[in-house]
Amino acid sequence: MEKILIELSQEGQIGYSVPENDMGETDISKILPQKYMRATIPKLPQVSEPDLRRHFTKLSQLNYSLTTNFYPLGSCTMKYNPPVNEKIANLPGLRYLHPYQPENTVQGMLEILYELQDVFCQITGMDNMTLQPSAGAQGEFTGLLLIRAYFKSKNERRNKIIVPDSAHGTNPASAKIAGFEILPLHSEPDGHIDPAKLKEILTDDVAALMLTAPNTLGVFEKDILILTDMMHKNGSLLYYDGANLNALMGHARPGDLGFDIIHINLHKTFSTPHGGGGPGAGPVGVKKALEPFLPKPVINKNKNVYSFIYDRPKSIGKVRSFYGNIPVLIKAYCYIKALGREGLKKVSEQAVINANYLLAILKEKLPAPAGDRCMHEFILSGKPLNKCGVKTLDVAKRLLDYGYYAPTIYFPLIIEEAIMIEPTETESKSTLDEFARVLINILEEAQNTPDLLKNAPQNTPVSRLNEVEAARKPILRW
Amino acid sequence: MNYIPVTDKEKQEMLAKIGVKTSDELFSSIPKSARIKDLNISAGISEQALIRLLEDKSKKNSSLKDFLNFRGAGIYEHFIPTLVEEITSRSEFSTAYTPYQPEASQGTLQSIFEYQSMIAEITGMDVANASMYDGASATAEAAMLSLRSSGRRKLIISGLLHPEYQQVLRTYLQGTDVDIEVIQQVDGITSLSKLKNFVNNECASVIIQSPNFFGSIEDLDEIRKLTTEHGALLIQVLNPLSLGILKTPGEIGCDIAVGEGQVLGSATGFGGFTFGFFAAKKALAWKIPGRIVGQTIDTKNRRGFVLTLQAREQHIKREKATSNICTNAALNALSGCVYLSGWGPHGLKELAGLNIRKSHYAYDKISKVKGFEPAFKNQLFFNEFVLRTKKNIDEIEKNLLSENIIGPFALKGFYPELSDCLLFCVTETKTKEDIDKLVAILGK
Repeated sequence: MEKILIELSQEGQIGYSVPENDMGETDISKILPQKYMRATIPKLPQVSEPDLRRHFTKLSQLNYSLTTNFYPLGSCTMKYNPPVNEKIANLPGLRYLHPYQPENTVQGMLEILYELQDVFCQITGMDNMTLQPSAGAQGEFTGLLLIRAYFKSKNERRNKIIVPDSAHGTNPASAKIAGFEILPLHSEPDGHIDPAKLKEILTDDVAALMLTAPNTLGVFEKDILILTDMMHKNGSLLYYDGANLNALMGHARPGDLGFDIIHINLHKTFSTPHGGGGPGAGPVGVKKALEPFLPKPVINKNKNVYSFIYDRPKSIGKVRSFYGNIPVLIKAYCYIKALGREGLKKVSEQAVINANYLLAILKEKLPAPAGDRCMHEFILSGKPLNKCGVKTLDVAKRLLDYGYYAPTIYFPLIIEEAIMIEPTETESKSTLDEFARVLINILEEAQNTPDLLKNAPQNTPVSRLNEVEAARKPILRW
Repeated sequence: MNYIPVTDKEKQEMLAKIGVKTSDELFSSIPKSARIKDLNISAGISEQALIRLLEDKSKKNSSLKDFLNFRGAGIYEHFIPTLVEEITSRSEFSTAYTPYQPEASQGTLQSIFEYQSMIAEITGMDVANASMYDGASATAEAAMLSLRSSGRRKLIISGLLHPEYQQVLRTYLQGTDVDIEVIQQVDGITSLSKLKNFVNNECASVIIQSPNFFGSIEDLDEIRKLTTEHGALLIQVLNPLSLGILKTPGEIGCDIAVGEGQVLGSATGFGGFTFGFFAAKKALAWKIPGRIVGQTIDTKNRRGFVLTLQAREQHIKREKATSNICTNAALNALSGCVYLSGWGPHGLKELAGLNIRKSHYAYDKISKVKGFEPAFKNQLFFNEFVLRTKKNIDEIEKNLLSENIIGPFALKGFYPELSDCLLFCVTETKTKEDIDKLVAILGK
């Protein structure tokens, strides 16, 4: 393992060269009174540039990433991140702009953002978009505030949001902070929503139903049009969690299915890197009726001149400073331009084929509780392994030994010992074959040498880490 | 173009294994009526054409590489050491996901642990999280923490909190019945006497930015006394680079310190390279939103790092979570980590000192230009300051632009009562010669 920075520290070292002081050596305390100055010296590392470079390069090598390993992480959609998009996002004319510089000096940027909104509308079947939200969860939150504002403008008191138990945890958390009460909806064993069960809880104070489609079991709601109809007849709205949009592009549009609001997680469907946890971007699209409430500013185009419009009396306001995670947006724009209509359609087709192919191989070895067909991801249950004293977690850790990142595990919560696999369209058949072979091999190890799994991983920079101890006695800094 | 590595022949083999004739059958669960034939967008293009297309668009912008920039107001132009971008552009960092499997993610986890440590050190606070979206959302999350932990329904914010942060804060609190009291400024700082009228035992927190939106350094000691007396939390929003010199929130006794991390090694990016930092006192550790990395040991007693205190987070607690945040801004925070690592305590101090020296030089010079005068008496500031002018503000902007200068930020948009005032920003990126050039053109 690599030392931590403070252990590399040597009094008197510095990594970077401070720019020249061409102002003279005035004593700062002559400019600012002493009482405003810090009395303590922060314990920051003192490390030379060569040593720093090695330190962070070594750290990077302790990571699994998309450029080093296959990442079958269900519902996280880890597809290939094209380097050309990085190169473009770094063009000086896109990278070194100030958010408050005059609009006539940023016309190219505004054009990109405007066009991006437009293609997102085409892909999702929505009427308008905001690019402001900085992540899917912030997009959800924005969408929920739009729902609040919409009903408020109609003088309707609707304070409940229905969230299926198969939904991502961000759904209920976002609804809660947007001020709604959450009505959980129990999904069927195969992950579907039963319209009869929805009917039981659908009262006239329900504002919306949040759905992930395909859902987190990788299954498309077969009764979607019935659900849509029920909600709309009730005067309620339908929210589309765009986490799984990768399965639909060019084949169907949430807007055509009756959804009123949608957020898109750009890194999932549009190949923007996720940087070890972010930044992301979570643009939100809406149907016409919700358009007046979109965050401000909105971008306007008038005779090829672009401008920001702030005068939006019904807007919910701003959800982040400035205009959005711009580099992420530019990368998504590049991806869409490069692939175009036929490329995006092919993405979804191949993502679904890849997932079904892996499922077809693996369902012979482990139960597939959501059925033997899927969209872009699928669920297996590690339950049968329990009799060998092995858990899904052990399978996941053993996969790391073989050079694969682990699938998503124990999610959705409604499947026992869940293993959720999403290969994405950017993995080759041979990668999938090899992954399946390794996983099947691990299942055999579980029968014959279960300790290999329980003691995994062994080939990673550290062996299994004690997460319980970390939470019990938190050490959160040096 | 596309990035699909499956050949047509392989595709047929895969379909055969699945047991379908065409891929279309795999989409049969989607109602026919909602199926589309094609997207109404343009056809795909080659990589060469893509680069050309975006280069052309980028040329329609004028970047800070073409201009001399004296505008800050929340996003700042600072020198970025080459190593910072070298490291963050390493694809092993940029293309990794949230470190759910710690054994395969030690690089990201250790760098976040180092980041948390350095944020705690420069702010003088006990703990920091792994970053948030931006300074505005970090401020809103801090406000929500204070409401949650106190059960109180009132917030007091300074009118000199960045206006966009104020807007975001209001948006975040739309779903609640919280009262927000805004304290107006006097002479470029938050009015202490007005503040005194509003702080009481129903107040969850007082949120003050220092240096504030006008660049002024606030006197937080008095405000600290006031909040302590009434059991309210003191939340300071701040520029982390200023902490190379300025008194820390820890020394002041703040409960939470938040702000925008873009100044720590990220480009201006049209306001898009943001990350919010969030640091707090130990007692609030379990209430902090977002991800936190902790140190632990592996089965062989070796040190390692994991995501911890996850029982606060949405994927476990769902609607009872401390916040809905899931994705953070880890890569941007990594910039901050590499940036702080290289400067160390002394470099950071020197850098902060340069900002103070250069901005004060500019302040003194421009104050003496005919038609300009200080807007506030005795403004104490870090690297931004406000001047009042008798000249036409739109004319000034136009003149400066024609000389390839992005000039000061006009306050009239956010503060109509200060329609003759300009907010100047001078960082270490400007030489004496640059500043003299600005002064000369303003004097024309």
